[in-house]
Amino acid sequence: MSGYTSVTGDERREMLAAIGVSSVEELFDVPAGVRLDRDLDLPDGLTEAEVYERMRDLAARNADAESEICFLGAGMYDHYAPAIVDAIVSRSEFLTPYTPYQPEISQGGLQAMFEFQTAMTELTGLPLSSAGLYEGPSTVAAAGYLAIGATKRRRFVVSGGVNPESRDTLATYSAGYPAQVATVPLADGLTDLDALAEAVDSETAAVFVQYPNFVGAIEDLEAIAAVAHDAGALLIAACDPIALGILRAPGDAGVDIAVGEGQPLGNRLDYGGPSFGFFCATEAQIRRMPGRIAGETTDVDGRRGFVLALQTREQHIRREKATHNICTAQALNALGGMIYLSWLGRRGLVELGELLVRRTHYARETLAAVDGVSLLHDQPVVREFAITFDAPVGRVLDHCASAGIAAGVPLAEEYGNGLLVAITEQRTIEQIDRLAEVLGDGIALARSAGAKREEVTA
Amino acid sequence: MATEESYPEDLRYHPEHDWARIEGDQATFGITWYAQDSLGDVVFFDPPEVGATIAKDEPYTEVESVKAVSDVIAPLSGEILEVNDEAGTNPELINTDPYGQGWMVKVKLTDTSEVEALLDADGYRELIAE
Amino acid sequence: MSDAVVDPPATAEVPTPMQRDRATTIYERSVPGRRAAAIPASGVPGGDVPIDELIPSRLLRDEPARLPEVSEPEIVRHYNRLSRRNFDLDSGIYPLGSCTMKHNPRINERVAALPGHARLHPAQDPARAQGALELMWSLERSLSEICGLPHVSLQPSAGSHGELAGLLLTRAFHEANGDAGTRTRVLTPDTAHGTNPASVTMAGYEVVKVATNEDGGVDLDDLRAKTDERVACLMLTNPNTLGLFDRNIAEITGIVREAGGTLYYDGANLNAIMGHSRPGDMGFDIVHVNLHKSFSQPHGGGGPGAGPIAVSERIEPYLPVPRIERVEAGSANGSNGDAPHVRFELRGAEDHPASIGRLRGFQGNFGVFVRSYAYILSLGGDGLAEASETAVLNANYLLARMSEGRAGRYLPIAFDRRPMHEFVLSGSEAKKQLDIKTLDIAKRLLDHNMHPPTVYFPLLVDEALMIEPTETETRESLDGFADAVEAILAEAEQDPEIARQAPYTTPVRRLDEAGAARNPVVRQDLG
Repeated sequence: MSGYTSVTGDERREMLAAIGVSSVEELFDVPAGVRLDRDLDLPDGLTEAEVYERMRDLAARNADAESEICFLGAGMYDHYAPAIVDAIVSRSEFLTPYTPYQPEISQGGLQAMFEFQTAMTELTGLPLSSAGLYEGPSTVAAAGYLAIGATKRRRFVVSGGVNPESRDTLATYSAGYPAQVATVPLADGLTDLDALAEAVDSETAAVFVQYPNFVGAIEDLEAIAAVAHDAGALLIAACDPIALGILRAPGDAGVDIAVGEGQPLGNRLDYGGPSFGFFCATEAQIRRMPGRIAGETTDVDGRRGFVLALQTREQHIRREKATHNICTAQALNALGGMIYLSWLGRRGLVELGELLVRRTHYARETLAAVDGVSLLHDQPVVREFAITFDAPVGRVLDHCASAGIAAGVPLAEEYGNGLLVAITEQRTIEQIDRLAEVLGDGIALARSAGAKREEVTA
Repeated sequence: MATEESYPEDLRYHPEHDWARIEGDQATFGITWYAQDSLGDVVFFDPPEVGATIAKDEPYTEVESVKAVSDVIAPLSGEILEVNDEAGTNPELINTDPYGQGWMVKVKLTDTSEVEALLDADGYRELIAE
Repeated sequence: MSDAVVDPPATAEVPTPMQRDRATTIYERSVPGRRAAAIPASGVPGGDVPIDELIPSRLLRDEPARLPEVSEPEIVRHYNRLSRRNFDLDSGIYPLGSCTMKHNPRINERVAALPGHARLHPAQDPARAQGALELMWSLERSLSEICGLPHVSLQPSAGSHGELAGLLLTRAFHEANGDAGTRTRVLTPDTAHGTNPASVTMAGYEVVKVATNEDGGVDLDDLRAKTDERVACLMLTNPNTLGLFDRNIAEITGIVREAGGTLYYDGANLNAIMGHSRPGDMGFDIVHVNLHKSFSQPHGGGGPGAGPIAVSERIEPYLPVPRIERVEAGSANGSNGDAPHVRFELRGAEDHPASIGRLRGFQGNFGVFVRSYAYILSLGGDGLAEASETAVLNANYLLARMSEGRAGRYLPIAFDRRPMHEFVLSGSEAKKQLDIKTLDIAKRLLDHNMHPPTVYFPLLVDEALMIEPTETETRESLDGFADAVEAILAEAEQDPEIARQAPYTTPVRRLDEAGAARNPVVRQDLG
C-alpha cells in the first residue's frame, strides 16, 4: 500500500547514501531487547475503496438521527447544521494547520478565535472567554480547578441538577486536585436552596449548577449566587449555549464562571465528539483562565492583527504552575460554532430559542396526557423535560425504537424511572404527536408484559 | 526600550539577578539590567502584599514577559513596607528603568548582616560574564 | 537537488494586496436586518402564546445577544477571506518538531461524514450503535498491538488529557496498594513537554526533574538518586524530545519499577517507532497516543485531537468508564440463522468498581476514532511500519543536508547522535557569528512560504530549532527546506537586518505581542 508517502526505491537508496548508511535499519538506533522482531499483528492495508466499504458497513449498523426520529439529548442535540459549516471547516486552510504559534501566517484562525470569544462573552454576559476546551463535562472540572486557585479552598458543592456525567468527571478530577465534592439534591426540579445554604461553608471553593439543569428546569441563578458569594465561593454554571439566546445571561445573574458543551452550535453529534467546550469568566480570573485565548494587537507597520494572548498562563511556559494542562483543544469545532452563530445571527438565535420553548412545552403537555406518564416537575423549560412512568424503561424504549423513534435518554435512578426528552427545531409537531402515541403503546405493552410475567411467577 | 547596560556601584546584588539598595535597616529591591534583558519585554508584574514576610533566596513574586515567567528572588529577608503599584500598572518600567521607576518592593530588613553575603557591582559583573 | 532558491522580497516597502486589506471582523460586516438562517414557525396548535407566558420574564434576557447580522454569502466570503490568511499543511512543508504534521487523507473525512457516524447520538442505546462500538473496539485492539499493552481506553480527548488520565490511574494504583500517601513525586526529564509538569500538578503530584546526560538520554545516576519510595511515576517519551532513542530504556524502566513507581510513556513521538519498537516492551505501564499526530487526524488549527491510553495488566482495573466489552453469545439469538453472535456493550462503574471514573462526557471523540481507524485500515501493519521508516529516513536525510554548508556551521546539531523522526539544532552559532536569533530564521522562512520548525524547545538547547519533516515530505521538499535555510544564512552574512525584520510578505508582519499581553484585548468592543 502507498502509506501516503512518496519516496521511491531509487530515492531511498540515494537518500541513504547521502546519510552515509546502507539500510534504513541502521537508522533505528534501538537496542535489540526492545526492538520488535516481528510484524505488527494487524491486517494488511486496504485500498481506499475497500476502506470506504468497510466503514460504510460499520456506519450502517448504527441507528442515527437520519434514520430514526431522535428525541435524545442530555447535552448533545440533533440540531440542523447548515451546509456552510461543513464547507468552511473542511477547507485545508482551517482543517490542516497546527495551533497558531506563528501568528503572521495564522491570522485566519486567530481572528476566528477572537470572533468566537466575542460571541461567547455576549451569550454568557461575562467579559472573558477561552478559545475553547475539549467538551462539556471536562469544562466543569476545569472550572473547579480555577476555583481552587482563586479561593485557595478545596471543597465543591454541586447541585443534583448538574448532568451526572459532569458530576462524575468533576469527581474524577477532584481525586487529583485534590478536592471534596458534596451534592445537593433537587426539590421540585430545582436545586434545593435550603439544602444548598446548609451545604455551603467557609471552605467551599465553588457552587456548581446547570442552566437549564439536567432535568430541564431553569435555575434561579441570582438566588444561588447570593448563597455562594455570602460564603466567599464562586458560582459556576454549566450552560446550554442555545438556551442562552433567550435566558438571562449568567454573568448578569451573578455567575462567576459559565462553561458548557458547544455541540449544539453547529457541530455534529459524532457519537459524542469531537465538539468543543466553552469557558467564560469574570475579569478577576483573567490570569487563571484555562486554554488558548486570542488577543488583538498591531504589527510593526501598524496593521491590525491577532496573537495568542496571555500565554504565560499556559503549560508550555508556566509548566507545573500552569493554570491548566490543556494544549490541543478543539479550534476547528469552535470555528464551526462561530459560523453557526453567524448563520443564526442576532435574531435567528432568539427565534430558535422561542421555537424550542413553544414546541417543548407542547411536547410536555402532550406526553403528560399519555396514560401512565407523569412529569418529574412542572417548572418552565426550554428544550428538554423529564417524564416518569411505571414500566421498565428499556422495554418502552425498545418498543419506540421498533417504531423508528429514539424516545429519550433513560433517567438516572436518583431522578426516577423515566426518560429525558429533548426537542430541536428538527422535531415537528407531527413527530411529537407520534412520539406520544408510540410511547403510550410502549408503556401499556411493557406493563401488560410485566403483569403477565408476574402472573407466571405467581 | 531598555536603557544601556549598567550595574550601579551603590547597589548590592544577588546571584539570581536581583539588586538591593540598602538604607539603614530598610532596602529597596528590583531586578537587574541583565535580568530584564534576558526576559525581554516585561508584560506583567503582580506586586506582592504589603506586610508579607519574605525570606532571603526565596521567591516573593513573579514577573512575566511574553514568553517566560520568572520568579523574583528576595536578596534579603524582611517584611514588605511598600510595593511599586506603578510598575504593576506599567510593567514596561521594569525594562526602561530597572534601578529607578522599575523598583519592586521596599522592605524592613530582619537581619542586616545578610547584606554581607551579597555581591558588589564588580562581583556581579564577573558573575554574568561567566 | 532542487532548483536554486529564488530569494523572496527583503523589504516591505510595497505592501502586498493582502497586507493592504485591513482585517475586519464578522461583527464589522454586520448590518441590522440582514440574516442567513430561516427559522420555521413553531406549528403549535392554537398558535403561539407570548414567550413570557411560558417562562417568567425575570428568567429571560432583556436584549438579544449581539451576534452578527449577516447574509449567507457574506459569511462565506468572510471566512474564505480569513482562510487565506492561514498557512496550512496542504500548502507546503510544515516541519514542526513534536507535532507530526503528516498528510490528512481525505477518505478519512469522507467516512467520518457518513450519517451513521456523524449523526449518531451519543446516548443511543448501545444495541443500536453496534457499528460504532465495533469500530471503537477494533481501534482499541489496533492501538493495543501497536503499543504492546493489553488494554486501551479511547476516552481522553488529547495528549494532555491522556497524561492526566495516566496520573490519576497511577494514584488509584498506589491507593489500592496503600501507599498513595507517601508516593507524592513524579519524575520528568528536563526535556519534557510543558504538558507533563502541568498534568503532574493537576493530578496533585510534585514534579521532580531528572537531568539529561551528554548523549541526550536520561542521566541514570540522577535517576537513581531521585528514585525512592516517594516516587509515584516516571513520565518519559522515547525517542525523546531531542529525537533520540534512549539506549538505556530497559534499565530506566527497571529502576523505577523496582522502586514501586508506574511508568508513563508520552506517545507524542510514536510516529518514529510504529512496528519497530513498542512502549509496552520497553517496560511502560501507561501510554497515551496522539491520534492527531501519528494517526492522521487533522490538527484543525489547534484541535480536535484525541489521546487514547493503552495500559498494562496492573493498571487495567482503574481504567476510565465507560469501557467497551465484546461479548460472544453462545448461540445466535432468535430464529435468524445469520444473526451476529457477537455484540459490543458499554460497561460502567457498576462493572468496574475500581475505575477512576469518567474524564469527560459520553464515549470520547468518536469522529477522531473514525478517521484514525480508517488510517490504520488503509496502511495496515506493514504500512504503519513503513510510515515510521520513511519518517526516520526523511529526518536523517534532512539532517544530512543541514549538516553541510552554512547550516552545518551556524546551526550545529544539539546532541551529535543519530536521531529518529526529528532532530534538534542549536542556533547558538548563528546568534554569535551572524547576530540573528532562531526566531529571525523562523520568521524569514515565512517569506519562503514554509512553516518554520518548533523553536525555543526543548528548553535545554540554546536557541533550539526542532525539526520533524514526517514521512509526508518528498525529497524535493526536504531539499527545498534545506536550501531555504541555507539562503537565509547566506543572506544574513551579508545583511543580518533582513532576517531581523522578517517577514515581509505575510498578511501581517511581526506583531506586538508585548502590547497584547500588557493590555489584553480579548473580545471585540460592540459598544
